[in-house]
Amino acid sequence: MSKVIITEKLTKKFDDFTAVDAISFEVEQGEIFGFLGANGAGKTTAMRILSGLSYPTSGKAEVAGFDVYNQVEDIKRNIGYMSQKFSLYENLTVRENIHFFGGIYGLGRKELKQASEELISRLHLGPEANKLVKSLPLGWKQKIAFSVAILHRPKIVFLDEPTGGVDPITRRQFWELIYEATSQGITAFVTTHYMDEAEYCDRVSIMVDGAIAALDTPAALKSQFNASSMDAVFLQLARAAKRS
Amino acid sequence: MSAIHIENLVKSYEKGKVKALKSISLDIEEGELFGLIGPDGSGKTTLFRILTTLILPDSGNATLMGLDVVEDFWEIRKIVGYMPGRFSLYQDLSIEENLNFFATVFNTTVAENYHLIEDIYVQIEPFKKRRAGKLSGGMKQKLALCCALIHEPKVLLLDEPTTGVDPVSRKEFWDMLGRLKEKGITVVVSTPYMDEASRCDRIALMQDGQIMEMDSLKNILQKHPQHLYAVRSKDMHRLLFDLRNFEGMKSAFAFGDEHHAVLGKGSDDPNQLFDFLQLKGHEQLAIRPISPEIEDVFIQLMQAQES
Repeated sequence: MSKVIITEKLTKKFDDFTAVDAISFEVEQGEIFGFLGANGAGKTTAMRILSGLSYPTSGKAEVAGFDVYNQVEDIKRNIGYMSQKFSLYENLTVRENIHFFGGIYGLGRKELKQASEELISRLHLGPEANKLVKSLPLGWKQKIAFSVAILHRPKIVFLDEPTGGVDPITRRQFWELIYEATSQGITAFVTTHYMDEAEYCDRVSIMVDGAIAALDTPAALKSQFNASSMDAVFLQLARAAKRS
Repeated sequence: MSAIHIENLVKSYEKGKVKALKSISLDIEEGELFGLIGPDGSGKTTLFRILTTLILPDSGNATLMGLDVVEDFWEIRKIVGYMPGRFSLYQDLSIEENLNFFATVFNTTVAENYHLIEDIYVQIEPFKKRRAGKLSGGMKQKLALCCALIHEPKVLLLDEPTTGVDPVSRKEFWDMLGRLKEKGITVVVSTPYMDEASRCDRIALMQDGQIMEMDSLKNILQKHPQHLYAVRSKDMHRLLFDLRNFEGMKSAFAFGDEHHAVLGKGSDDPNQLFDFLQLKGHEQLAIRPISPEIEDVFIQLMQAQES
């Protein structure tokens, strides 16, 4: 198996504040990797570095085979990104959004046409394809946003709290989409505040005060911390945090 | 007297195209800690905006402490504390300045009502000179709560105060709300996190502009029994699809490290399900009957609403 993310003592400082403190970990291709931590633990800063939006202060990291210091444009072309806060343009139709994002991600005209028709039929969006995104239910938006983020077949898709605020059925259907994508070899790097979703990950890391305090499969973490659920594991680790 | 009385409240947007509230009725008692639980787009924020007199309903009526949301809006604004979903304090003012500002607007002083905010404020006091825009999410949330409390409101309305907040901070926040309730303040909180239902005296489950169910959590769980089983096997992903192919399966969804399977009335035989799954080649198979959790009931009510 190839590794799509490798970090070694990756560090980011803002003046005298160390937001990310020498984190080292690896993510395998096709893995669902849960990236958990309390607010302020350094998750967002680390994700920004890994997606080529911010430079580290020291340490090493490679994403999709490219270096986070001098190959950030290559990184951006080989990843997808989706969050609950930013997903689709509300005032564009479904088809326009697909074309817009596909174009941004560098798909050619012909490729784009094929990929977008494929997506529309796979999600059974035929009748809705020419409707404005804002008229669709949130659950649909989330599914379209995810599909758009992987339209260019990236090696990794970063999902930043993708299921915040959605109903319990849609939340679970969303995870089924993640499973489908990863079974095709895409790696999913996911943050979430729903601890039951941590169980759906192949491996989970938990950040505390800028460092990775634990990293393993959910089953191994539960046995290591003698806990019955990931919620209990998280509580044990995050309660020890010094910054909030 | 109810602290909040709502009768057949209707609100639509975009000339009636978007129906945000479809005739909602509900009563909240004085001193109650009440939860509005539902996903984005279920109508929670619209309801709060009507109750805080920021928008007008299309029809129906609502009162807070006996005051009408349309006729008596000036009076209501004096007795309501409101924390909107989006952080809306002054980013360029410090913690201290924001708090003083809100106290002054309501014709009071921080000193006068300090007892109400003390146990929350002491946690952010060391940073009182810092601008609100420079605070962490958890600190912003505490400051917003202090500002909503500083005029000693009778009713506190909190719109998704814990969205995007990690599980530890969420628990601490609910502890704070519990202490406010003990001081006699009526607290209404909306949240998309169903596990927070257990912290409320009563809850309303909202979906698509309607209240699907309203009661204490315990009563709601009892009112909606299901033939519910927790199922596990070595291959959890394939198990989910096989469960859905079992005849008589009403629904099957992942719940943490197990799947929850709801069997229909006529086909409630877990032994048959076991044999079926074993034939599909599942190893380390385990099926056990369980009682529904809040999300099980929410899913059941959603499916009933859709059909």
